[in-house]
Amino acid sequence: MHLVKLLWRNAFRHRLRTTLTVIGITIAILAFGMLRTVISAWYAGVDASSASRLVTRNAISLVFPLPISYKDRIRQIDGVKTVSYGSWFGGLYIDEKNFFPNFAVEIENYLKLYPEFVLAPEQLNAVVHDRKACVVGRKLAERFGWKIGDTIVLKGTIYPGDWEFVLRGIYRGKDQTTDETQMFFNWDYLNETMRKLVARRADQVGFYMIGVTNPSHAAEVAADIDKTFRNSLAETLTETEKAFQLGFISMTEAIVIAIQLVSFVVIIIIMAVVANTMAMTARERIGEYAVFKTLGFRGYHIAGLVFGESLIISMTGCAIGVALTYPVAKIFGTTLSNYFPIFNVAPTTILMDVAAALLVGTVAAIFPTWRAVTIRIADGLRRIG
Amino acid sequence: MADTKPPIVQIRNLSKSYRRGSQIIPVLEDISFDIPDGEFLALMGPSGSGKSTLLNLLAGIDTADTGSILIGGEQITTMSEADLARWRSLHVGFIFQFYNLIPVLTAFENVELPLLLTRLSRKERQAHVETALRVVGLADRMEHYPAQLSGGQQQRVAIARALVTDPTILVADEPTGDLDRYSAEEILDLIDRLNHEAGKTVIMVTHDPRAAEKAHVIRHLEKGILSDASR
Ligand SMILES: Nc1ncnc2c1ncn2[C@@H]1O[C@H](COP(=O)(O)OP(=O)(O)OP(=O)(O)O)[C@@H](O)[C@H]1O
Ligand SMILES: [Mg+2]
Repeated sequence: MHLVKLLWRNAFRHRLRTTLTVIGITIAILAFGMLRTVISAWYAGVDASSASRLVTRNAISLVFPLPISYKDRIRQIDGVKTVSYGSWFGGLYIDEKNFFPNFAVEIENYLKLYPEFVLAPEQLNAVVHDRKACVVGRKLAERFGWKIGDTIVLKGTIYPGDWEFVLRGIYRGKDQTTDETQMFFNWDYLNETMRKLVARRADQVGFYMIGVTNPSHAAEVAADIDKTFRNSLAETLTETEKAFQLGFISMTEAIVIAIQLVSFVVIIIIMAVVANTMAMTARERIGEYAVFKTLGFRGYHIAGLVFGESLIISMTGCAIGVALTYPVAKIFGTTLSNYFPIFNVAPTTILMDVAAALLVGTVAAIFPTWRAVTIRIADGLRRIG
Repeated sequence: MADTKPPIVQIRNLSKSYRRGSQIIPVLEDISFDIPDGEFLALMGPSGSGKSTLLNLLAGIDTADTGSILIGGEQITTMSEADLARWRSLHVGFIFQFYNLIPVLTAFENVELPLLLTRLSRKERQAHVETALRVVGLADRMEHYPAQLSGGQQQRVAIARALVTDPTILVADEPTGDLDRYSAEEILDLIDRLNHEAGKTVIMVTHDPRAAEKAHVIRHLEKGILSDASR
């Protein structure tokens, strides 16, 4: 026999109590993991964004457009490598609940700026040569069962009318963190249509997307662009894509912080629950620990027994929780794919799960260990009978 | 009787009191006596007279206020806690009123417990445990858990656990206090056999005059004072 064997038997001595505690830890770990994943899903857009891409928009507000004529002037600025442009289209597919992001962009350069969107060359060719073509992400195509050649009709919100597109390309993400739920179509199609419908809204773009030659000079390039258009009719604001995305998120920063706090509160609560279980357990075993000491076992043996038992319980709960995290995240991700295009469990989340469980198991054992180790043998033996 | 050998236990001017709030309750007052090697001593006295306290001091699981206890030539009253723990594991076998077996361990594992602190190999431990369980007549119950054994059988497992390290002294605090008369008789016979066949020095606290009859010597403890040896 080895004392480790005793640890396991002790841990599952009160089967119901231990099972309930383990379930509690499992749920806490699961909740913690989901909350952390929601937070990283929130920042997924930022993480996927690049510091070498610049976004130029109207200095007053994102809702105001910029003239298309800025394109050539931007291209002439030192350090600018690629310029693309586009507008948030905001079209709806049949119904509002089918929401997905859709943009009118100058596709060829746009995809050069986004190497993470992988599109087969022949598909790109088809898209560029068909005015009404569109490209969608793999997940989006799967969601609605779209195939190449299908006609897709979007109801305009910002731009009136029903808009018909032909699916000419499906892009894949280069890695797991790439958003595969977007739709792009030719900006020219939007512009030509607007020319006919509402002429004053033609020849305008919502944003310019700019690739720089040297990312370390991105800030200078951005400043140069804004300087070029200072005192013109539409002044610009240029920032890195990352800053641009963060600007979106900062609106909801308070919610993210709240979720973060809740995720830690969950851990603190489960810590109290496990500490309570361990305190009850150790109190019942005081007599036994006194017997161990009588036989010559030392304080560190007793500490090993209490800590070991506490860690067995917390790590069992953690293991089950982690194992369940992946399938549950999958279900979550599918259900919430409208809001969170990227919903992946990060390895750091699992590390944090394990760290939290270790912390819970350790903290829960401190007080009971101290009691069991410091009680005088004679007093401990008196508790029996 | 080995009267010529030096006493295995020498107690000199031993005192112990408990503090309850501001009140000091003297339990043992200036006790001195010897226990010869191979003796079977019964300690008797009314409840609360300090029998368990005295036994605990002798066994090194409690500390005296003043006085000295010399056992097998070693002064245990001045030992550090670590030394005392080691000394107990080598020299003292404990038998308790409520057996105090670990419920999640089998009879075999309970008896093996004190051997985990030794350098014995698994095989050697197994041999020792089997011998001890055979001595107490439970060779066929090794895989039983305490809950699957009667009170008398549990106490015999506890005795095997006390024996297995081949200790210098056996201390027993009311070993038959929780048993029916028949089982009590069996346990006392067993302790008696260990005393005169294996030559173990036994110090037993008891209320039961029938139990005390088995002893060579009976001492009474009353109001902190120990009477002379009698029989
Ligand atoms: N930890 C303690 N704190 C305070 N008083 C104590 C403590 N332990 C024992 N006492 C007191 O010391 C006295 C002797 O106790 P002890 O247990 O040695 O008696 P005993 O002779 O073994 O009695 P019994 O026959 O009932 O077992 C009692 O009055 C008891 O209340
Ligand atoms: Mg007593």
